Amino acid sequence: MLNNKDLLGIKELCLEEIMLILDTAAGFKDVIGRDIKKVPALRGKTAVNLFYEPSTRTRTSFELAAKRLSMDVINFSVNTSSVVKGEGLIDTAMTVQALGADFIIIRHTSSGAPHLLAKHLRASVINAGDGTNEHPTQALLDAFTIKEKKGRIKGLQIAIVGDIAHSRVAKSNIYCLTNLGAKVRLIGPPTLIQKEVKEMGVEVFHNMEEGLKGVDVLIMLRIQMERQGKGFFPSTDEYSRNWGLTPARLSLAQDNAIVMHPGPMNRGIEIVSEIADGPRSVILEQVTNGIAVRMAVMYLLSGVKR
Amino acid sequence: MSKELMTKEDIDRALTRMAHEIIERNKGIGKLCLVGIQRGGVSLARRLASKIKMIERDDIPVGSLDIALYRDDLAIRKEQPVVRRTEVSFEITNLIIILVDDVLFTGRSIRAAMDALMDLGRPAAIHLAVLIDRGHRELPIKADYVGKNIPTALSETVEVQLAEEGLEDRVILNKSGGRERNAE
Repeated sequence: MLNNKDLLGIKELCLEEIMLILDTAAGFKDVIGRDIKKVPALRGKTAVNLFYEPSTRTRTSFELAAKRLSMDVINFSVNTSSVVKGEGLIDTAMTVQALGADFIIIRHTSSGAPHLLAKHLRASVINAGDGTNEHPTQALLDAFTIKEKKGRIKGLQIAIVGDIAHSRVAKSNIYCLTNLGAKVRLIGPPTLIQKEVKEMGVEVFHNMEEGLKGVDVLIMLRIQMERQGKGFFPSTDEYSRNWGLTPARLSLAQDNAIVMHPGPMNRGIEIVSEIADGPRSVILEQVTNGIAVRMAVMYLLSGVKR
Repeated sequence: MSKELMTKEDIDRALTRMAHEIIERNKGIGKLCLVGIQRGGVSLARRLASKIKMIERDDIPVGSLDIALYRDDLAIRKEQPVVRRTEVSFEITNLIIILVDDVLFTGRSIRAAMDALMDLGRPAAIHLAVLIDRGHRELPIKADYVGKNIPTALSETVEVQLAEEGLEDRVILNKSGGRERNAE
């Protein structure tokens, strides 16, 4: 059983809770592989997607997960709502709750926005990405995919490559994978790996070739185009030359290493198409697993006693 | 206080008889499959399958069914049920399913199981096999193959212990204990 009504970050979860979510997701993976991809477990409940940042895949994934649990889903699209009229975050969320929401799934540009809402709401708040803080369901689906492909997580060498500093995916993954007993390496330029993460029990490499030696799993991060021209890296060409995943670089990893990417990909920059579409890539399976993991999270949160 | 209702030998004899009844009533096993309800029913379904194989010298498909997501008491239970795997790797449409559970009590688990099965396909028929029928039905459901009928009080609980779970095979009746603890 989970301890809190909300999923705010991996940091807030203990090992047992992470394991429970992953085990439960296996049951939901069965469900979404069938002809009838729906179960009545959360019939009559309502989930609201409250997205303050553009997102297609995460929002769609949450929407499908909720629908496959037989929930009603509302997408609260922020640029057309009263937020543009100046309504504050808490007021908007209270309104959504008053409309009958049992789950509020929030993505926000400010780190900590879900935590603030969780304190004010009776509904379960699920963090779908807050600023540069966390993106817990992405880390959980990554862990689920690794466990499915490798049979275990403990003891694996896992490399996270790219813009660690601005990545909530990286941060959630570090918490999750180190907690599950993996050895995590961060690979990227010094400008994109902040000092604090070095205290999170990881190894840091500023050379791609060195970092990739012998790894079992590669998690490639999206280079955020909006960072370009802000002094973090000189150009996308230069970035791709030093940190892009090519067949030659992949050959330094274990022969059976898998390649992951949270999407959306910049083909030809952080990863070449040959690898993204190749046999070692599990990128599309991550997408499928995301639905199972989000179903598991919502099902388990619904069982938390208030 | 508890009382032993069935020993290892009793369970084995009951399953042997049920295997014969299943074969006789369906005139062979051509269109049959077994589906056990997680968790106790799964082990019993496997045992029935191996007994049927010994008699008919042919394999019968066996699956496991998790009913957690189909329960009618999700919102009121004290403990949320654990979601386990549903592994039915064969097409159930047009097969006769022998649904297997350890204890038949209120019938609510069986209702949930039937709904879960219908989401997997359209079986030709569903029959119900249980090791113990302890009475107190709350829905119009009846077992087709029964290991043993045991009259019980609502305050009692029936526990089927199986070697597959690391225990010695036996069925025990616990006199104390609330209704919500009932193995069903």
